[in-house]
Amino acid sequence: MDEVKQDKPDILRKRISGLLFGMAFGFLLQKAGVSDYDVLIGALRLTDLTVMRVILSAILFGSIAIYVLGKFGMARPHTKPTNYASNIMGGLIFGLGFGLWGYCPGTGAAALGQGSWDAAWGIFGMFIGSYIYALATPTLKKLASIGDRGKLTVPELTHINPGVYIIITSIMITLLLVYIHQY
Amino acid sequence: MKILFLLTFLCIPDYIFADGAVGDLMAERWSPYVSGALIGILAAATVLVSDKPLGISTAYARISGMLGLIFAPGLTKRLQYFKETKPGIEWEVMLFAGVIIGSFLAAWSGDTIHANLLPHTWAQRFGDDSSALRIIAAIIGGVFIAFGARTAGGCTSGHGISGAMQMSVGSWIALIFFFVGGMAVAIPIFGR
Repeated sequence: MDEVKQDKPDILRKRISGLLFGMAFGFLLQKAGVSDYDVLIGALRLTDLTVMRVILSAILFGSIAIYVLGKFGMARPHTKPTNYASNIMGGLIFGLGFGLWGYCPGTGAAALGQGSWDAAWGIFGMFIGSYIYALATPTLKKLASIGDRGKLTVPELTHINPGVYIIITSIMITLLLVYIHQY
Repeated sequence: MKILFLLTFLCIPDYIFADGAVGDLMAERWSPYVSGALIGILAAATVLVSDKPLGISTAYARISGMLGLIFAPGLTKRLQYFKETKPGIEWEVMLFAGVIIGSFLAAWSGDTIHANLLPHTWAQRFGDDSSALRIIAAIIGGVFIAFGARTAGGCTSGHGISGAMQMSVGSWIALIFFFVGGMAVAIPIFGR
């Protein structure tokens, strides 16, 4: 699956698959109700647990699916790099924006699709924010060197077998979902 | 073989959480559990089919670069970031376009098209004539969210779903701080 050389049909296939996956993603986000400002702000005020239910269910099923696919050699691992300073600082800045806009990048696009016009202004802001980041990249390289751990996974950090980790987290997430079901 | 895998995974959530009206296209809402489970399987399917983790924030960076090439081509071409994350209609940009279309189809089929600027919670807190304030908050929020996503290395989909399900330590940390930061803004403004 290595990208050695891209010819035209490959680019076209990639674009069409991206579009179809996006359509499925947007459809599910909207039907789940997480493209609604009120639901998302409710998640941040801890008054609406829809977002928590959606994310936890996604992690539960996704982690099992990707683990099985990996075992059969059908999926290459795409572990996100761990960098304590960047993850925490970036996460907090993201959170401030999340609270102000009320949407996140995926649900904001979905909100635009359902006609929540306030989402369009945040999308415009995201184009500006991305550009500011590109301008600031050289300065941010310093931050990126603090607490840089590379592609670290929880099983590697805790020395647990990945299969055991999947079983433990699956049970914990399921119990959590059952517990919050009453609220 | 790939299709067999997809079908197996698609069947599981329906057995376990058979409480939502999933599959009923006319329904306003689907069960959050089943929708979430399907999103998780979708995030595995993108790796299987396209060899790409499901993450949307890079799309904004690529589009931002494309806009930069229009308005400030000289500067944009010099920026190191855009040499690494190439502006252009890549997979993520098509994913972004797809999300807008897919959400429109879902809203249209469920008859939940909003066509409004002020969400209910916002109008309750700031009044019906707070459009200018809403637009300013949305733009500033968008700037922060994009800057934060790039610094953290992903957003709610890239870190929160794809990253966490691939067991990345940084993704779990980022996911927690997305919500910590969000609460620090939302609770003082709207209360609990």
